[in-house]
Amino acid sequence: MGVTQILFWILSVLAVFSALMVVASKNPVYSVLWLILIFFAISGLYLLLNAQFLAIVNIIVYAGAIMVLFLFVIMLMNLNRDNEPQKNKWMKFAGIVSGGCLLLVLVAALKNAETKSAVAEMGTGNIGLIENLGKALFNDYVIPFEISSVLFLSAMVGAVVLGKKEASQNSSSGES
Amino acid sequence: MPINYYIFLSLTLFTIGIVGILIRRNAIIVFMCIEIMLNAVNLLLVAFSKMHHLQGAAAMPTAGTDGQIFVFFIMVVAAAEVTVGLAIIVMMFRNIHSIDINFLNRLKH
Repeated sequence: MGVTQILFWILSVLAVFSALMVVASKNPVYSVLWLILIFFAISGLYLLLNAQFLAIVNIIVYAGAIMVLFLFVIMLMNLNRDNEPQKNKWMKFAGIVSGGCLLLVLVAALKNAETKSAVAEMGTGNIGLIENLGKALFNDYVIPFEISSVLFLSAMVGAVVLGKKEASQNSSSGES
Repeated sequence: MPINYYIFLSLTLFTIGIVGILIRRNAIIVFMCIEIMLNAVNLLLVAFSKMHHLQGAAAMPTAGTDGQIFVFFIMVVAAAEVTVGLAIIVMMFRNIHSIDINFLNRLKH
């Protein structure tokens, strides 16, 4: 077992444990911190697959931008306390059982799939490098790239419209 | 690494995300579980892209590039989605002073 396999197992266990802790944490701030750990573990897995561009983008976009946004919202609304009302225990149990059933069905369906002997290439191959991805992105995928910029613009406008405080709270009921 | 391990890791992360959405009532944690599910799918796409690269590199040197481009676009869409979603959560908190999604059932009355 080489160092790549050992790193794969360490990162996998780290990702799964952090995901469980995100769900199990009572405090939303701790959930965000565990989620950052998941993103770093998944970036490590990308690096093991030699997808270096996606690893860096994952860290910059998720751990850098999205998680800051999450933390900012949590701190802004002063939610860093345990104020979640106790739900029905049976609903929780039913959720866990149904999720387990889904996992069971998916694993049973994919256990003997025809990709059983296929191997993901690790450490070699240069399709994940920024040169190849940049050429593909700006030759074959220019239109989706430009459309995504329009999507960002509309998301930004939407966030500003939704997030701004109404000047007169009661005068217009059907605002925005 | 056999592709099966990546499939099972992604399935586990995806299922944890689904269970989190089902059992948690905090809207922000529901959002985080959606992010976990998106990341599980991204990981599987990258693993499959490297698998196809290994199988088809002889015929086409850039086999599997499309999968990684798709992951890039999924990240772009996820960033836009989180922006709007968090704005909606802030507006909801401002109106009903809670982010418990059980309070959202007033939409059906």
